[in-house]
Amino acid sequence: MIKLKDLHKSYKMGASSLHVLKGINLDIKEGELVAIMGSSGSGKSTLLNILGMLDVADEGDYILDDVPIKDLNETKAAKYRNKFLGFVFQSFNLINYKSALENVSLPLYYQGISRKERQELALDYLDRVGLKEWATHLPSELSGGQKQRVAIARAMASRPKVLLADEPTGALDTTTSYEVMDLIQKINEEGKTILVVTHEHDIAQMCKRVVMLKDGVIIEDKKIKQVLASAHV
Amino acid sequence: MFNRDRWREIFETIGKNKLRTFLSGFTVALGIFIFIILFGLGNGLKNTFQEFFLDDASNAIFIYPGKTSKPYKGFKANRRIEFKNDDVKEIEENFAFFIEHLTPRIRRSALTKYKNESNTYSTRAVAPGHQFVEKTILMKGRYVNQSDLEEKKKSAVIGRLVAKDLFKGEDPLGKFINIGSIAFKVVGVFQDDGGDNEERYIYIPYTTRQLIEKSNDKVDQIIVTFRKELGHSGALALEKSIKKYLKEKKSIAPSDPNGIYFQNLTDDLKQSQQFAVVLQLIVSFVGLGTLIAGIIGISNIMVFVVKERTKELGIRKALGATPRSVIQMILQESVFITTISGYIGLFLGVLLLENIGLKLEDYFIKNPFIDFGTALAATVVLIIFGAIAGYIPAKRASSIKPIVALRDE
Repeated sequence: MIKLKDLHKSYKMGASSLHVLKGINLDIKEGELVAIMGSSGSGKSTLLNILGMLDVADEGDYILDDVPIKDLNETKAAKYRNKFLGFVFQSFNLINYKSALENVSLPLYYQGISRKERQELALDYLDRVGLKEWATHLPSELSGGQKQRVAIARAMASRPKVLLADEPTGALDTTTSYEVMDLIQKINEEGKTILVVTHEHDIAQMCKRVVMLKDGVIIEDKKIKQVLASAHV
Repeated sequence: MFNRDRWREIFETIGKNKLRTFLSGFTVALGIFIFIILFGLGNGLKNTFQEFFLDDASNAIFIYPGKTSKPYKGFKANRRIEFKNDDVKEIEENFAFFIEHLTPRIRRSALTKYKNESNTYSTRAVAPGHQFVEKTILMKGRYVNQSDLEEKKKSAVIGRLVAKDLFKGEDPLGKFINIGSIAFKVVGVFQDDGGDNEERYIYIPYTTRQLIEKSNDKVDQIIVTFRKELGHSGALALEKSIKKYLKEKKSIAPSDPNGIYFQNLTDDLKQSQQFAVVLQLIVSFVGLGTLIAGIIGISNIMVFVVKERTKELGIRKALGATPRSVIQMILQESVFITTISGYIGLFLGVLLLENIGLKLEDYFIKNPFIDFGTALAATVVLIIFGAIAGYIPAKRASSIKPIVALRDE
């Protein structure tokens, strides 16, 4: 599903340049649930940005679902993002003046799906995350866990190939974190490829594979025995 | 542009961001409103000015006879010149192309009576064209007409104040008044913007006056109005050729400064037109200033609006919005709001101007107005600049990487 080959990225800081990613090779198959771990400055955010087409690599290949991702302009990136990727953010990033349902249907709007169909689909996804009753509520009326579930429903609504979660539990307490991870695990069980960036070990243990980054290189890449989040809820 | 779904998205956004919508709408509405009011008041000032200075026809040339001061063609100096009916006729025939109206005028004063009321009024014996020279406005009945002239009828057109003084509210039309012991039938009542004195005149046919005065054919003075298209220089040239023509006819030395006098209003016209131009400049300047202030206002609001929405735009982009759709959304929203509120400002401004009317006459502002084209153009300019002011920050916001926009809290 995702193939990274010898990926390099450096940032120019005035005269000097900061080499953030120093040759990343990664192969992620369909249906995997991968945790990307690392301390801050290890390059994990940069890697996620490149995977999410929010940033471009200086060198190396990035192939997503057999499509080489290169020569991106903003319009093309937007189309690919809409088609291939679903985002879940640490700070939820819901649009605060739109109801849960409208937030979920927004990526469908950009796919050009008709309003009626959009709303049906969005409601269906809200139902899957257990928030059907909250469809008309604004984000300000939802708890943190609920907001993240709406965000996950939104990320899923566009039927992406890959779900990218950037510290999805970073702003949540332990119980709520496990609830969210439970949801992510369930989505993964349905066959979706998911990448989770985290620095929490217990969250990483709930994935099927852990990739450790340090100073811009992968120092460890191992399959682990998944801890089911539902056991903790 | 006509995508129903996009409009729905915009209406939702507008409906749920009332303060923002109100702020940008209010700025535009206020800008247009103030522009219309100031521009309208400026026009009101111009109206007053025009009334003050342009009461009489501004394209008139008055011709008076005088006394010669030089001997010429066997005539002695100091000879009194008189105008006769054939002078009038010949000017009319020879200069027909340049002249709009032409009238002789004979002025006399006489005690005028109706029943027990009497007063001394000036009568002006004239031809129908005189109405346009004085810009006389008829309130009732008619002015001196051609059949009055031909049949030398004893018809009189009396001023508003004459009617008020003599008739005391009675309808004067068809009644007979005695002007210097001769009975005249009142055929019309007029008013004049030139003031009270103008409304104390009585107009009668000049042929009737000549009949009364032993059937002579003398006229006191001749007044012509030239066609306005002639312009300042054309009017001066016309004056020159009439002067030359009359001097030759009356055997006056071409170099004699007396004999015939001309009073040409074209100089006054030019002066007052220049003044009007200055006034127009001031009005336009004020209008332009207001418009610029409005443009700056809407620009500020748009920059603020886009800044406030940076994060939302980042989210939209992460969800697959193209830069183009982001710009389109912001522009369409801003143009929609500015159009609606611009129209509201336009409507309210015009409504207020309509209601001012004569209420500010004491402050030299009369019937303020704005022609609809100007008002509409100002609104369109504000909408366009609102769109440009929205486009620049929208363009920038749309090209920010979503990740940067999302970090921006």
